[in-house]
Amino acid sequence: MFDWPLLQQNAPLLLGALWVTLQVSMAALVFGFVIGIVVGSLRLSPVPLLRRMGGAYIFVFRGIPLLVQLLFIYYFLPRVGLPNVSPTAAAIIGLSLAAGAYIAEIMRGGFLAIPGGQLEAAGLLGLSDAQMLMRIRVPQAVRLTLPALVNEMILLIKASSLVSVVGLADLTRTAQNLAASDYMFVQDYLMLAGFYCLINVPLAYAASLLERRLKERTA
Amino acid sequence: MNSLLIPGGKAPAPPYETTRETTRKSLDEPMKTNGEQSTVLTLSQVGKSFGNLRVLKGIELQVQRSEVVCLIGPSGSGKSTLLRSMAFLEEYDEGEIRIEGQLLGWQDTDKGRRRAPQSQINQVRRNVGMVFQQFNLWPHMTALGNVCEALRRVRKFSADEAKKRGMAMLEKVGLGHKAEAYPAQLSGGQQQRVAIARALAMEPHIMLFDEPTSALDPELVGEVLQVMKTLAKEGMTMVVVTHEMGFAAQVADSVIFLDQGEIVARGTPRQIFHNAEQPRLQQFLQNYLDRNAFWQDAKP
Repeated sequence: MFDWPLLQQNAPLLLGALWVTLQVSMAALVFGFVIGIVVGSLRLSPVPLLRRMGGAYIFVFRGIPLLVQLLFIYYFLPRVGLPNVSPTAAAIIGLSLAAGAYIAEIMRGGFLAIPGGQLEAAGLLGLSDAQMLMRIRVPQAVRLTLPALVNEMILLIKASSLVSVVGLADLTRTAQNLAASDYMFVQDYLMLAGFYCLINVPLAYAASLLERRLKERTA
Repeated sequence: MNSLLIPGGKAPAPPYETTRETTRKSLDEPMKTNGEQSTVLTLSQVGKSFGNLRVLKGIELQVQRSEVVCLIGPSGSGKSTLLRSMAFLEEYDEGEIRIEGQLLGWQDTDKGRRRAPQSQINQVRRNVGMVFQQFNLWPHMTALGNVCEALRRVRKFSADEAKKRGMAMLEKVGLGHKAEAYPAQLSGGQQQRVAIARALAMEPHIMLFDEPTSALDPELVGEVLQVMKTLAKEGMTMVVVTHEMGFAAQVADSVIFLDQGEIVARGTPRQIFHNAEQPRLQQFLQNYLDRNAFWQDAKP
C-alpha cells in the first residue's frame, strides 16, 4: 500500500511547507493576540461606544467563516483600490483578524476573573490604565486562560489549512499538489495529517506542563 | 456607664495612656514637621448616597499630622465607605474632602461640580497609602515585585533603587526573608504585611486601613497589628477602620463611632470606651463585650 521511495521523496517538500504553515500561524497568533488584548479590553471599557465597537468587531470576524474572510481579503480588497496583497500577507491578515476575535473573548473572560481590588490598589499607587493592562491584567489573564489560549493556537494552526485558497503553498496546498501529480492520495494525505499532529500534540503537552508550573507558583 | 471594655469595673491602668504620649509631647500639640501644614485630611459636610439610601451624612472630620484615628461602628454604618471616599475609591457626592489642602476628586466649573481628570485625582492622592481587607496583592509577582512595581513604573526608580527601597520596606514589616515568595506562598498575615510595605514604599503622608485584619485567622491578627503599632509610634498619620477594639483603645488618638452614616460619638479612647454616653454607642460596645468577654461565662 505504501510507496516508501515516494514517501521519502515527498517528505522534505512537506517539511518545507510545514515551515510555511508554522510561520503564517505564528505571525497570526502574535497579531491576533495584540488584537485580542485591544478588543477584549474595549469590550470591558466603561465607555459604551468603545464597548459597542469591540462587540461589532467580534460579531463580524467570528460570524463570517474564515474561508469567506480570506477570499474577501484576497479577491475583493484589491478591487476597491487597496494594493494587491500577496498570498502570504492575505493569509496572515485573514488569520490574525479571525484569531483576534476569538482571543478577545478569551481575554475578556480572563480580565473579568481578576479581582477588582487588585486594580483599585494599582490605581491608588498611581499606575496608568495602560500600565495596569500590561503589568497586572494581561499577565494574569494569560495565566488564567492558558488552556483556552493553547486550544485557540491549535485551532489556528488547523484553520491555517484554509489559506491554500489564496494560493499560498502551505502544508495542505503542497500535499494536494503532490497527490494530484502522483495519485497516492491516501499516502500523501496521511502524511499531511501526521505533520499537523507533529505540531499540535507536542503543543498541547507543553501547555499542560506550563500550566501545572504556573499553578504551583501562583495558585 | 463605666469601663465598658473592662468587665467588673476594675480598670487596670490601660496601656493607651502611655503608649502614644511617650512618643508625642501632647495630644493638643500635633507634631509639625518642617513647617508643613499640620492638618493632613479635612472632611467637611461629606455625604454620599447609593440611589435613595444616604450612606454618609454630613461627616466632619480633621486628621492632624501623626494622628491615629480609628473608625468603629456596626457593619453597614458607612465606615468603609467613608474610608474609601478618602481615597476617592468611592465618589462622595456632597461636601469636600481635602488632602493637605487640595480638593479630592472634584473640580468646580461654571456648570457645577465635575469629576476631576484622573491625572489630577492621582496627583491629589499621591501621598495617600491604602491597605485593604483583602490585601489585593498581585499574585503573579513576588513580594518584592509587588513592593517595587509602583516605584519602578510610577516613580521611575531604577531597578537597583527600587529593589533597595523595596527590601528596606519588607525588612521593616519583618519579611525581608520572603522577598522572593509569591503571595500564594505566604500566610494571610504575611500577605497583609507585604501590602503594608507596598503602600509604605511610596512614602505616603497618610495611611488608610480598611479592616486590615478582618480577613485573617485570629492567630495572625497580632503580627499585622504590631506592624501598625510600630507605624503609629513612628508618627505615621493613620485612619483605621477596625473591629479590633483593643487596638483602637491602645493606639488611637481619637476614636470615631459611626452609625447609619453619621458620626454619633467621637473622643479619646477613654471617652469612647469608658465613658460612653450615647445609647447607640453603649449598645454597640455591649454587643462587642457579649461576644468577646467569654471568660465571664466560663464554667468554674
